[in-house]
Amino acid sequence: MPPEKEEIAVRTRRFGSPGMFFNALLPLAGMLLALLIGAVMLLILKVNPLTAYAEMVGGALGSVSGITQTLVKATPLLLVGLGICIAFRASVINIGGEGQIIVGALAATWFPLTFRMWPGWLLVPSTLLVGFAAGAAWGFIPGILKARLKVNEILTTVMMNAIALQLMNLLIRSVLMDPAGITAGTYLAQSERLPEQSWLTRLVPQTLLHTGTLIAVALAVIVYIFLWRTTIGYRIRAVGLNPDAARFSGINVPFNQALSLTLAGGFAGIAGAVEVLGVQHRLLEGITSGYGFSGIVAALFGGLHPLGTIPAALLFGGLLVGGDKMQRAVQVPNSLIDAILGLVVLFVVGSALWSRRWAARRQMAAAKNQKELG
Amino acid sequence: MNDVFQLSVVAGILTSAIRLATPYLYAAIGEAFSQRSGVVNLGVDGIMLISAYASFYIVLNTGSIWLGLLAAIVVGLLMGLLMAFISVTLKAEQGISGIGLYMFGLGLSSLLFKTTIGTVKTVTGFQPVKIPLLGDIPVVGEIFFQHSLLVYGAFLLVPLAWFVLEKTTWGLKNKSVGQNPAAADSLGVNVDRVRYVSVCIGAILAGIAGASLSISLLNLFQDNLTAGQGFIAVALVYFGGWKPVGILWGALLFSTVNAFQLWMQVLGVKIPSDVAIMLPYLLTIAALAITINRVRQPAALNKPFERGES
Repeated sequence: MPPEKEEIAVRTRRFGSPGMFFNALLPLAGMLLALLIGAVMLLILKVNPLTAYAEMVGGALGSVSGITQTLVKATPLLLVGLGICIAFRASVINIGGEGQIIVGALAATWFPLTFRMWPGWLLVPSTLLVGFAAGAAWGFIPGILKARLKVNEILTTVMMNAIALQLMNLLIRSVLMDPAGITAGTYLAQSERLPEQSWLTRLVPQTLLHTGTLIAVALAVIVYIFLWRTTIGYRIRAVGLNPDAARFSGINVPFNQALSLTLAGGFAGIAGAVEVLGVQHRLLEGITSGYGFSGIVAALFGGLHPLGTIPAALLFGGLLVGGDKMQRAVQVPNSLIDAILGLVVLFVVGSALWSRRWAARRQMAAAKNQKELG
Repeated sequence: MNDVFQLSVVAGILTSAIRLATPYLYAAIGEAFSQRSGVVNLGVDGIMLISAYASFYIVLNTGSIWLGLLAAIVVGLLMGLLMAFISVTLKAEQGISGIGLYMFGLGLSSLLFKTTIGTVKTVTGFQPVKIPLLGDIPVVGEIFFQHSLLVYGAFLLVPLAWFVLEKTTWGLKNKSVGQNPAAADSLGVNVDRVRYVSVCIGAILAGIAGASLSISLLNLFQDNLTAGQGFIAVALVYFGGWKPVGILWGALLFSTVNAFQLWMQVLGVKIPSDVAIMLPYLLTIAALAITINRVRQPAALNKPFERGES
């Protein structure tokens, strides 16, 4: 190998290929474009975009409270996003995050209230597991329908969201309703406060930051190892890359698709449990805060890589916190953030074309080099 | 409980069912145009929301229902162009782009509603028009022939869409780019252009579906007005086997279940409303599971077309 080619090869090994750099740059460009369109919307609403965005950045990063809130919001985004990584890697589109969060939260409310005598060291992990199981069950239903009957999982997961929402509305107004609210006659749609030993420990006093954030980061590493270092993970990725090739090499494609959707549901379920145990300490209406959808954005932004999803979740956590602050400071409804998130999705999936073309060009160039080198 | 079986109640349920089928029909038949050309547009709900807002805003401020309908059509077209650009020109994953479009429509309609209207208001939308003679038939006239123009339009769309899709040259092109784009391309059909037109027709009809909610059925706008009806419409396309008549039966089945559920609540039958609201969604899943393998979907559904591939 000639010295300059060898140098390039070494540099590529050390710093990643220019393609990887390019792949990370594209989502950022998409984000900038979405923010630019957001700025135009702000101008139409007669708000100075610079002031609004400055409030947003300041709100998310300008204080200890802002930073911890960003981390608190990034936690469910990361957890949902991890599940999305697993599902999308198997070419299974999971839109059911909202419903899976809800059933996870429901289970994580019921369990500590039922086993309230258990000590914390036992109650917290088992509640998280129960949340995982509930979400997984909610993901398993569309998963098995896809595997056995080839029912489109996008549609069933959307329907499961609506069913979970009604299920929560039903339970929160009946068996799970706060007895204090019933005696006081307020009938608030919320559950009883969970026993204190089931709460996740606060990491910084006077803030909402809790150990769930650390759990989420640890799980990101575990999902990375699972997808890239285990046989099951390899099979899941193989199914997503080329289902026909996977089938011919003896991989059970439907089984792995159902499995990935079940796991995706489980991670969203943990997100629901973490919201209940770490933030609210009870079940409330609107517990999902739309994380089921914004988690998809985080995962896509992170290149469907568990570790890439960590910074992406932080970015969008910050965007959500900043959006709330902006709403208070310049009276722009935070629905603007939802619209911007939608645009980010469109631009990120739209820009994949260039990243594919880039990869194809590089492959062709590599083939040519190979030929020249003989 | 006996009330349920009275003639007036049955007539009431059926009248509501015809009305409630309207948004499903527009949105699902529109989606059939799009899907038969090979493009799944999951953003229907987002298009419905933003068009529902646009038409409501225009009617609120000008009082003209026709300008309101026009606004819904224009907004639907713009959203369709955006979806077509992302999924046809940029060849993006259609399922995810649709979700992006949905989030964009949901966020933008809520943003505009909060900044320009603020509270829930009502408008005078499309009024019921009694069809001469037919509308005077007892019971039957009340059920079928005393609706607003948008309701009649939805039902007339069924034979119209069937004719366009099955009996015209364009319909054949639409089908060919959805079944075998490479073959269509080799015969000189401009695949991208047919798909653009199909997606835009679908989006315009989704826009009218939104308007049918905000300026005809409900005459109001609020956050997330559609509550996922656009997604049910997409499911109805699968259920109806990509055929307008199949979609008609599906839409009527759904709207009847919905109307039944609403009337049960009005009559005070003791079913928790949450369970009742759940019913159509459970029914969708069951219907998809039962019907999914009965009909073959367009072969190139969800597959972007690139010349020189395959």
